[in-house]
Amino acid sequence: MNINFFFEVLIGGLLSGVMYALVALGYVLIYKASGVFNFAQGSMLFFAALTCVSITEFGWPLWVAILATMAVMWVLALSIERVVLRPLVNQSEISLFMATIGLSFFIEGLAQLLWGAEVKRLDLGIEDVPLESLMNNFNILVSKFDVTSAAICALLVTALALFFSRTSVGRALRAVADDHQAALAVGIPLQQIWGIVWGVAGFVALVAGMLWGARNGVQFSLTFVALKALPVLILGGFTSIPGAIIGGLIIGASEKLAEVYIGPFVGGGIEGWFPYVLALLFLLVRPEGLFGEKIIRRV
Amino acid sequence: MLYREAGQFKTSYATDGQIFPIRQDRIGIAILLLIAFVLIPQFATPYLLSAILVPFLIFSLAALGQNILTGYAGQVSLGSAAFMAVGAFSAYNFVLRVPGMPILVAFILGGVCAAAVGIVFGLPSLRVRGFYLSASTLATQFFVVWALTKIRWFTNYSSSGVITAQQINLLGYHFDTPELKYLLVLGVVSVLALAAKNMVRSNIGRCWMAIRDMDVAAEVIGIRQLHTKLLAFAVSSFFCGVAGALYAYAYLGTVEPEAYSLDLSFRILFMVMIGGLGSILGSFLGAGFIVLLPIVLNYLAHMLRISTAVASNVELMVFGAMIIFFLIVEPLGLARLWQIAKEKLRLWPFPH
Repeated sequence: MNINFFFEVLIGGLLSGVMYALVALGYVLIYKASGVFNFAQGSMLFFAALTCVSITEFGWPLWVAILATMAVMWVLALSIERVVLRPLVNQSEISLFMATIGLSFFIEGLAQLLWGAEVKRLDLGIEDVPLESLMNNFNILVSKFDVTSAAICALLVTALALFFSRTSVGRALRAVADDHQAALAVGIPLQQIWGIVWGVAGFVALVAGMLWGARNGVQFSLTFVALKALPVLILGGFTSIPGAIIGGLIIGASEKLAEVYIGPFVGGGIEGWFPYVLALLFLLVRPEGLFGEKIIRRV
Repeated sequence: MLYREAGQFKTSYATDGQIFPIRQDRIGIAILLLIAFVLIPQFATPYLLSAILVPFLIFSLAALGQNILTGYAGQVSLGSAAFMAVGAFSAYNFVLRVPGMPILVAFILGGVCAAAVGIVFGLPSLRVRGFYLSASTLATQFFVVWALTKIRWFTNYSSSGVITAQQINLLGYHFDTPELKYLLVLGVVSVLALAAKNMVRSNIGRCWMAIRDMDVAAEVIGIRQLHTKLLAFAVSSFFCGVAGALYAYAYLGTVEPEAYSLDLSFRILFMVMIGGLGSILGSFLGAGFIVLLPIVLNYLAHMLRISTAVASNVELMVFGAMIIFFLIVEPLGLARLWQIAKEKLRLWPFPH
């Protein structure tokens, strides 16, 4: 076994793991604040990326397009809160989950209706070339694009962590996550908070959508990225931001390593299910994920 | 006036335990079965039979399976299409490899194989609950479809992976016309629906419901969790497996892994949610709704002369919106509407 090759695969896996973590983060934010398992995160990601690309096609510069998309995502988030979530308050978690599946169909249809269904190229101005210093000194191929996007993710995660722990809005968010009724009782406006959370999740979807879109082209298959993020979630725990990150790293690295070292023996293509089986094994040991809140069950 | 149980007394245990305690219900179901078995094959067009009624019945069966697991036992699964795939492929392989295998036995064995797979993938349910469980049932979905695509033995080393299902031969008859296929599917679905109805109103069903409502409490009163949950997975997968075999043999005519995608799993989950969780009738109503909705939307799009690309996206949006609408307006599903209608009918036309 070539050790350089091993590290190359490992680093590539870790970097793509950061991207998974970014998608998983969108789920965690919404689940923490409203107890909704938002299946539509993948479609939001697709919608955001597609909107952004289509706006740049009007000839507007990229940063204007990003700002405009942020505004669109904000409106989308507020209307989701108003139209879908508010009437479903106090329904069981499974109904809310089903509603978000319905929502994902709706958003996918809307996105393609507005902007067309063909594959679009997104150029963020970051080159997809190997880093030269690593290549010359250690003979390891690591894409510059992957490193940059991982850095953007890290920045975003840090910013969100600070936002959650240091600002008053963040404290209110955590209060809502902890106990809806108690938060209402001390005067935290629940609906406003949910609007903010969905807005932030929309923003995260935009960033993730841009990075994934630049990598694979903006197309319908972007929605499947969300399915990649699910094992990250069950592994890291639905309620934990650090869990999403570490889960993402574990899934990303092990997925790539498994594909390279186990894949050839069983016919390849195991990337689709390997993360799920891995996450399942973790679940057998810790049923609430690595960092999830411990579930205490009483009669 | 017409729908009222006044004057119908229960004088023995047998009458007390009937499936339909009200006479009008019994008459209604008899008429329905008569129409389904005798009139429809006589008068329906081949299009109605093979494009609407056959998929409706097959999906009802799959929805029944999903409803047993999700509605009665409370375990949300996103892998029902995978169990259907297991059923279809095992039936195919049994017919292919065992000479003289009767097709009905192959369907049942397909269901049994699906049940075995269901038990294996149901094991995590003993440890994990809720969303963790539903996300981990996706493992079934991806793993099974991958295995059926990659392991060539299952597809009999066919080069494309798409295989033509064998002819349905039963007691010397070829079931190749739409009418005969419809009757075969209808027969299987009726028998299994009756079995499901009886299961959920017996000891087994009550154990499932106890587990659904609160598994810790159910364990305290002496319901074996392992036994009950795995039985729910097994029975549900059996139903899905038979449905999958019928789907391949009586509807598609081919056996291919791509037909059993995650999308199909979601569809079946929608049927159960829209029809009504924990209701046998609801599985049928939900399946009917989900089968008819795209057809009606397609028809409307055609009427309004919308281009196909736009129409398919609008269809997606309407589909999503309808699901949200139903969840908001009637969270208990179409079966609940039927129940309300029956209660109203009892008083009609003299509400006092």
